[in-house]
Amino acid sequence: MSKDWPLYEVFIRTKNGLDHRHVGSLHAADETMAIENARDVYTRRMEGISIWVVESKYITASDPYSQDSFFNPAEDKIYRHPTFYELPDEVKHM
Amino acid sequence: MGIDKNLISSLFVHADTALIHGQRLGELCGHGPVLEQDIALTNISLDYIGRARLYYDLISKLEGNNKTEDDYAFHRIESEFKNLLLVEYPNKDFAYTVAKQFFIDVFYYHFFLQCVESKNQEIISISQKSLKETAYHKKWSSEWIIRLGDGTDISHQKMQNAVADLWMYVGEMFVPTEFEQAVIKENLMADLLPIKSLWEAEVKDIFSIAGIKQAENNWAQSGGKEGNHTEYMGYILSEMQYIPRTYPNMIW
Repeated sequence: MSKDWPLYEVFIRTKNGLDHRHVGSLHAADETMAIENARDVYTRRMEGISIWVVESKYITASDPYSQDSFFNPAEDKIYRHPTFYELPDEVKHM
Repeated sequence: MGIDKNLISSLFVHADTALIHGQRLGELCGHGPVLEQDIALTNISLDYIGRARLYYDLISKLEGNNKTEDDYAFHRIESEFKNLLLVEYPNKDFAYTVAKQFFIDVFYYHFFLQCVESKNQEIISISQKSLKETAYHKKWSSEWIIRLGDGTDISHQKMQNAVADLWMYVGEMFVPTEFEQAVIKENLMADLLPIKSLWEAEVKDIFSIAGIKQAENNWAQSGGKEGNHTEYMGYILSEMQYIPRTYPNMIW
C-alpha cells in the first residue's frame, strides 16, 4: 500500500522556535493525510506546534556532485564572517 | 457520605471500555497497514490506556481500598468488567478497526462534552483531557471512514461489511443501566439518551460523504455494562492478564 503513496517531507516548528525545521519524511495518500501522519509520527513528544509538509518531488536539491564548485570556494573567505569587529560591551546576545 | 456504588459502577463502564479498547488497538502495534498508521493506532491506544488509568485511580480513591490501576486491570475476572461489547470485537481488518473507532469516538466526543459540566471535579478534569484527545481521534476515524467508503470498490465493500457487523453493538452505548441512571440523576455524568440523536446525526453526515449505508437492523445487543460479555472477552483478558497472573507483583 505505502508503495503507491507519495513521499512527503515534514517540517516542524517548536514552541519557541522561529523556523520550521526538517524532521524527516513519510508516506501519505494526500496532503491532509500527510499532515495527520506527521502529527502522529513526529509530534508524539511535544516536538512542535506547527507542521509543514511538502511532497518530496517538489523539492529541488543542489547536485551532490557539484559540491566542490558550489561550496568549497567559500572555504578560504573568512572575511565573510563578521568576526573582525570590536563589539561594544552594551551589545549583548551576539 | 458513604461509598457511591452507582458512581463506581458507572466509572467502571468507561474505565474498562477504555482499557479493553486500548488493549485491542495495542494488538495492532507492529501490524498496522502502513508504518504511519501503525503509529497513529498506537498513539490512540495509549490515549485510551491513559484514560483507563485516570478512571481506575479515581475509583480506587472512591473505594478507599488502596487498590492500584494494575489490580483493576489484571486481577479482576471477566464478569467484573463493565466495558461496552463493541470494543471487544476483534480488529479483523482495518475497516473494522476504523468503524469501531469511529463509533466510539463520536459517542465519547458528545459524552465528554457533557461530562465537563459534572458536579464532580475529578470527572471534569478527566473529561477535559479526554475531550481534546477524542476530538483528534474523531477527526482521524471520520477521515478513514470517508477514505475507505469513498475509495475503491474493495475498500467500500470492506467498510460496508464492518459497519453492518458492528451495528448491533452500537445501541448499548445509549441505554443507561440502573446504576447509570442514578448517576445521571445526580448530575455526575452525561445523560446517555440525548447523545443518541447527536451521534446518529453525525454518523449519518460522515456516512453520506463516504457513501456508506447504515445497517438496517436496529436490534441492539447489550450486557457488557452488567458484566455479560461476548465470547471474545475471555481471550482478551487471558492475553492481557497472563504475565501479571503468572508472575504476581513482578515489576520491570
